[in-house]
Amino acid sequence: MAAPALRVVEANARFYRHTWRGSVISSFAVPFFTLLAMGGGLGRLVDQGAGTGRGAYLGFIAPALLAATAMMTAAGESTYPVVAGIKWTKNYHAALATPIRPPDLVNGLIGFLGIRLIFNLAVYAGIMVLLDAMEVGPALAAVGPAVLTGVAFATPIAAWCATLDDDRALSSFFRFGLMPMFLFSGTFFPVDQLPSFLQPIVFLSPLWHGVELARGAAGVPESPHFPWWVHTLVLVALAVVGLFLAGRNFTKRLHT
Amino acid sequence: MAEPLVIATNLSKKFGDFQAVDGIDFQIAPGEAFGFLGPNGAGKTSTMKMIAATSPVTSGTLSVFGLDPATAGPAIRARLGVVPQEDNLDTELTVEENLFIYGRYFDLPRAEIRQRIDELLAFAQLADRKKSKVDPLSGGMKRRLTIARGLINRPEILILDEPTTGLDPQARHLLWDRLYRLKRDGATLVITTHYMDEAEQLCDRLVIMDKGKIVGEGSPRSLIQEHSTREVVELRFPAGEQELVASRIEGIGSRIEVLPDRILVYADEAEKAIEEVHNRGLEPEMILARRSTLEDVFLHLTGRSLVD
Ligand SMILES: Nc1ncnc2c1ncn2[C@@H]1O[C@H](COP(=O)(O)OP(=O)(O)O)[C@@H](O)[C@H]1O
Ligand SMILES: [Mg+2]
Repeated sequence: MAAPALRVVEANARFYRHTWRGSVISSFAVPFFTLLAMGGGLGRLVDQGAGTGRGAYLGFIAPALLAATAMMTAAGESTYPVVAGIKWTKNYHAALATPIRPPDLVNGLIGFLGIRLIFNLAVYAGIMVLLDAMEVGPALAAVGPAVLTGVAFATPIAAWCATLDDDRALSSFFRFGLMPMFLFSGTFFPVDQLPSFLQPIVFLSPLWHGVELARGAAGVPESPHFPWWVHTLVLVALAVVGLFLAGRNFTKRLHT
Repeated sequence: MAEPLVIATNLSKKFGDFQAVDGIDFQIAPGEAFGFLGPNGAGKTSTMKMIAATSPVTSGTLSVFGLDPATAGPAIRARLGVVPQEDNLDTELTVEENLFIYGRYFDLPRAEIRQRIDELLAFAQLADRKKSKVDPLSGGMKRRLTIARGLINRPEILILDEPTTGLDPQARHLLWDRLYRLKRDGATLVITTHYMDEAEQLCDRLVIMDKGKIVGEGSPRSLIQEHSTREVVELRFPAGEQELVASRIEGIGSRIEVLPDRILVYADEAEKAIEEVHNRGLEPEMILARRSTLEDVFLHLTGRSLVD
């Protein structure tokens, strides 16, 4: 006997065996070169100049990149595949003709994403250690908050995508939602560098909370704005509320 | 008769204000091949989805295996096989993997699934395609694979929603042959179709649906006996003359239907009817005598053709 959600995880894993090649570039190559360019090139400049005020530049952005990569992977897995399952390949409908229920599909999606994030981010953290961006301990410690960040994005995005009729909104979402978040969530520079009226907007970005939590776990001097538990609370709340909404929206959409 | 597997009473389905299924009653007994015959939009798929516990009942009552789909969905679905109207196979996966994943959704042990896959692929005449991807398979092969998939859990009822729509005649006959085999082995089949020949071939008993309602019920033969004559004469006249001639044909046989392209004369003996047509001095371009079919029943009950 395996719980229904675990059986969905198993199905997703089987499916992934056919599609993983396509995701290698976005999962590993992009983060690797980002780290190299930003950390190596830009970092030298920053460290010779004013500095981050929170340690060496490479060590400053490395945990943030773990969280940001988690966000991107999570967004990839909770957008197009959800629309496809409902509208294009209809494989969600196929699964639902079995004892599987709509919330099992959500839990299976998130469960498999969690496994992938742990694996991908552990590999990425290993690369960071090899590049001298972080020590082993802090690198591993930062993986947990990064995985949480990914899940906190995936559940509300999946809930939203279950209401879509096509993918037209998605490219705008990536371009005007996630890209700015990726750049302006204190990922590459401390938020204090922004005009002070913009800072509260950054505090609304879930990625900023993930970035700061990952930094805290990696031992980067803490930001002066919020304690770690506030960041944790924001991310957990997003993940849980998103999970609830996704279960509800999947049911509404698929059991019509 | 054994306890029915499905009992629907005043079953209805609404989408917003639209009444897709409008208070229908039917019962499906174990071992029978039960059909829903009706044109597009009649409400067949909506009814199937309610039986399959994937679409909530709007009003009325529905019992499947004595269970309520609203509360026992997973338990009901565990005992059903569903072949949906639109194929939803995973085209990225192989034939084998499609069946394997499905077996896992039913929580079957892996070893049992592997054994079952070989049996089912032999049944579906796809054994040599086991390792092939689904994408390049022909329409008929995909359909047979979907049926094999629906059988993976040894369902007590197999639901087939328009099983041969879109298939060429050869693929269609191959599929029918597979369904006869299931029938012979005692399977309970629930089939929807808008092809009257499919309903006649496969169904022991059927209901005729139109606009969400059931307008007729019985075995194909009893429906024809009840609502049509034994034989039908089809007459075709030059374009434009049809309406004029119709009044002169009135009274031949037990009733006539005037269609845009031909006139149907319902009579128990076609030959006598044809004689009478000639006696009245009419010279149709074409005369065809045939047996009554469910198409005639549908036409009589609704005043429209099944396939537009
Ligand atoms: N999800 C839905 N939302 C709104 N209308 C629907 C939905 N599903 C079916 N319908 C409508 O209900 C009617 C019956 O559809 P359906 O049950 O698919 O008929 P059939 O299978 O006999 O062709 C059609 O008019 C169809 O447009
Ligand atoms: Mg239909």
